[in-house]
Order: sequence, then C-alpha cells, then structure tokens
Amino acid sequence: MKRVALNGNYAVAYAVKMADVDFVAAYPITPQTPIVEKISEFIANGELEAEYVNVESEHSAISACIGASLTGARVFTATSSQGLAYMHEVLFMASSLRTPIVMANVNRALSHPLNIWNDHSDAMPERDCGWIQFWVESAQEAFDTTIQAFKIAEEVLLPVMINLDGFILSHVYEAVELPDEELVREYIPSKPLINRVSPKLSYTIGVVGPPEYYFEMKYQALEAIERSRNNINNVNKEFSKVFGRKYGNVNEHMMEDAKYVLITMGAVTGTAKFVVNELRKKGEKVGLLSIRCFRPFPKDEIIKLLEDVKGVGVLDRALTPGGPGHPLYTDICCALYNAKNRPIIQSFVGGLGGRDILIDDFIKMFEIVKEVSEEGRPKPCIYIGLRE
Amino acid sequence: MLEIRWHGRGGQGVVTAAEILAIAAINEGKYAQAFAAFGPERRGAPVLGFTRIDDENILLRTQIYNPDIIVVLDSHICNMKGIEDGLKNDGIVILNTPLKPEYYAEKFKNAKKIATVDATTIAIKEIGSPITNTAILGAVIKTTNIVKLRSIELVIRERFRKEIAEKNIKAVREAFNQTIIFER
Repeated sequence: MKRVALNGNYAVAYAVKMADVDFVAAYPITPQTPIVEKISEFIANGELEAEYVNVESEHSAISACIGASLTGARVFTATSSQGLAYMHEVLFMASSLRTPIVMANVNRALSHPLNIWNDHSDAMPERDCGWIQFWVESAQEAFDTTIQAFKIAEEVLLPVMINLDGFILSHVYEAVELPDEELVREYIPSKPLINRVSPKLSYTIGVVGPPEYYFEMKYQALEAIERSRNNINNVNKEFSKVFGRKYGNVNEHMMEDAKYVLITMGAVTGTAKFVVNELRKKGEKVGLLSIRCFRPFPKDEIIKLLEDVKGVGVLDRALTPGGPGHPLYTDICCALYNAKNRPIIQSFVGGLGGRDILIDDFIKMFEIVKEVSEEGRPKPCIYIGLRE
Repeated sequence: MLEIRWHGRGGQGVVTAAEILAIAAINEGKYAQAFAAFGPERRGAPVLGFTRIDDENILLRTQIYNPDIIVVLDSHICNMKGIEDGLKNDGIVILNTPLKPEYYAEKFKNAKKIATVDATTIAIKEIGSPITNTAILGAVIKTTNIVKLRSIELVIRERFRKEIAEKNIKAVREAFNQTIIFER
C-alpha cells in the first residue's frame, strides 16, 4: 500500500492500469481528458499492456468498446457531458448486448449555454440506458469504485458507469491510498471473457428484434440489472475484507437518531457532511444519505434508513423540465410512496453549471427541511443559490 | 484546517505551487487538497489556486472564500483591487515584490504577518525564466513553516527532470533566505 497525492481523474487512471485492461477507446473532452492522457502515458511507458484506439468521436469510442468487449477483452472508456450525450444511442446497445464495459463519466453540464463546469445534467438523461451507475464522493472512492466496477460488470455482464464530479473532484489533488498492484490483480484476475465474435462460436450480434422477440430480449437485460443488486452487495462486502474500505449502495452519515436528513449525490456530499458535523455540535438531529449506487436504485435500503425520519431534503444537480419533480427527487418520492412511514420530502436544486454550493447553502437546506416538516407539507422546489 | 489562496497569472505555475505544497503535506502524513479556480486555463490571465491542509480528512468541496493565507506570485498584482478579499483576521500574506512588507501594511489591514520576497529576480537568476512558483514556496515555508523545506524539495525532485529540479530547489532556498517578514 502506498499513500499518494492524486486528483480524481488520475485515481481512475491508476485503477484502470491496476485492473490490467486490454482495450481503451476514447475521445478527449474537458474535464475527463486527464484520465485518458494518463492511461495513454501508462501504455506508452510499457506500464500497461493494452490497445489504445484514438477515435474521431465519442460515438465511435463507445462503438469500438462494444466491439472489443464482444471479443472478451476487458474494456474501459471515459467521457463527459456532450461526449456522453453523443454516445446516447449506443449506450442502450452496450447494455442490451450485455457488454461489461467500464466507463468513467466526469460530470459536466450540458450546453446551451456552453459550460465546462460540474453538474449532473449529463448523466441523468442516461439513467434509463440499462447501465449500472455509481456516483463517488472522493478520489479514493473513485479509485475503489473503478476497481469494483470491473468485478461487477464482468460478473453480471452489464456495463458500469462511474460518475465523478468534474473539477471539484476530477481536478482536486488529495490523499489516496493505492493498494499493491498484485492485490488488485488477485481481486480481479484477467480471466478471458467469452469471445462472442469467434468463428468457433455461432453467435449472431446486432440482430433485428422483431415484435416476437424484442420484448423478451429487453426483459432479460432488465432482469440482469435487478439481479446485479446481489452481486453489488457481495462486491461491497468482499472489497472491504480485501482492501479495508467499506461502501454501501447508500452511504450514510450520522443517521442513527437523525430526524432531518438531506439526500445528495457525488462530491458535494463532503461539504454536506461538514455541515452535518457542525449542526450536530449544536445538538441538531440531522443526518445525511448519499446515493452511491443510483442504478439499480437502492429503494429498500432508502425506505429502511428513512423509517424514523421526519423530514427529507433531496438535492438535485440536474433538471427535469416540465416534469413532476427533478430526477433524484422523483426517484426518492417513488421509492417512499408505498412505505409505511413516509417523511415530508422537500425538493432542492443547486450547483448547476458549476455554481459552488456553499456551507451556508447546506445550513439553509437543513433549516428549510426542519421548517416544512413542522408545517407538515413541503414547499415547491427551492433553487438554492439562484439569483432573483 | 489551514486554507491558502494563491494569485498569479497563467504561465507562472500558480496551480503547480498549490499542488506542490499539498503533495508535500500529504507525503508528511497530513491531509491536503490542491485545486485551481475551476475552469479553462489561459496564459497571462489572472489565475487562482487553492490549498487546504489539515491533520484530519478534509470534507469541504467548495472553493476557498476566507483564506488563512494569501500568496501572490505576480509582482504586478499585489496591489490589485480585491486581492485582499476574505482574508481571515490575523491572516498571513506572502507577496512576490522587491518592496518591503511594511509597504503593504495598509492594503492588507487585517493581516498579522506580511512577508515579501523578490521571487521574480530570484527565478530569473536561478531558473532563467520569471516562473515564480517554486521561489515563492521558499517564502511560504519561511513564513508559515506548514511543511518542512525538505518535503518541498522532495516533491520538486519527483516532479521535474534532474537539472530543472536542482535549479528550482536553488530558487526555493534562495527565496527562503531572502524573505522579509513584517509582524504586528
């Protein structure tokens, strides 16, 4: 084990190297580029033996990854924002073709207006594409989750997307514990997956699915992601035994006797934890949940964790224009609708296009959650930090 | 927790300075973060860098608005409007300037300590170009003692080719020796 200073992007690149991937295809885009730059450096230096394909677009990057994955290779790609959007139609093929691709998506806002900064508007439109989606809080978690992702993807034959926040995580240097490479390779040995394009096997890939078959094929991919819950839980358990760091599908902070809870995703969870610690010192019964595994959605865990909670605030960093609620809020409401004890659920949106979510913003969110809980009904969505 | 805000211009190595200090702290077993004002980088444009150092794991993900320490790498912007914004009371200011620290006492009203060093002259002499990031680190260590001088030198040796590293280390030491500190 080595304790080093890495930024979130490099933490992912190191995980990819240690995972001994066979194939990488990517197209550069801010703020993701340093990941693939570092990987190409590893390959050029001979530290990683892999095929790196420079493609002309993200559409081609993910298509090349599918092709490589079908041959049984361990495959990685990375992108952000417009790049992910450009992959959109192919993402569905990756999951339905059951290709265990691992992708890092460094979260960045979508145009227009053009914006290279961080929010979750790139990943949210892809939540229904059949990929497993993780969201991480720190460079350490980015490293660990990337390692886990290869294990999960190859066990369940589904692609996995690791979301890490652009700049506030991707470009921040911090302390990361890197395990020995042998330990990682032991944990995820490079066992060849089935080569589905081998002439020795009679597979047909990319077929037409007429009405007689399409439904069943889609249902299989649906079942696969449902079944992946077990694998993900087991991987979380095993990982903590081997590497000593424990992760859940929902990360909890000060939840034991919490009455007012905020639900977040990604790196801003750190600032929220800081605020929870400060409020706890003043005797406030506040707690925090961050959704680490967003797809498959940890519905049962959330119901259980919120059983004795009076009020919940849900912080979205993306919009669902004209919808019944913004994406995470809608999912939380849906998860809790049939729960026996249902807290008051208040919607917040903050930090769009890289606007900093400040300590005072989180304090205000907790105050509002407390207030609406006492009133017994939530207010319409509150846009934190929006200028009037 | 100690929060540092770095000011300079694109090309002077502001972000590298923020990173070298954080990496040195992490190598000493502490926790640290280093980052730039999030966004694109352009040569010559004003640049902000940030470093946080603590003995415990750092949770905050915001930019730094109330620094304990302000460091200015560009001698032309020490007097720029707003550069003193948010400095904590009894904060520390470290400036690249040939002037004496007393000259800036009025500008940085709530600073407890102001330190100056002519990092540009030192950088030109030792490195051959006006890239002041390593020299200013010498002044930062002299003034604050946040990490050991040796820890900074180790990071520089890891990060740069041998001849370049040695030149930069000379600049760090020279600046360390030449830093003038004013305290009130």
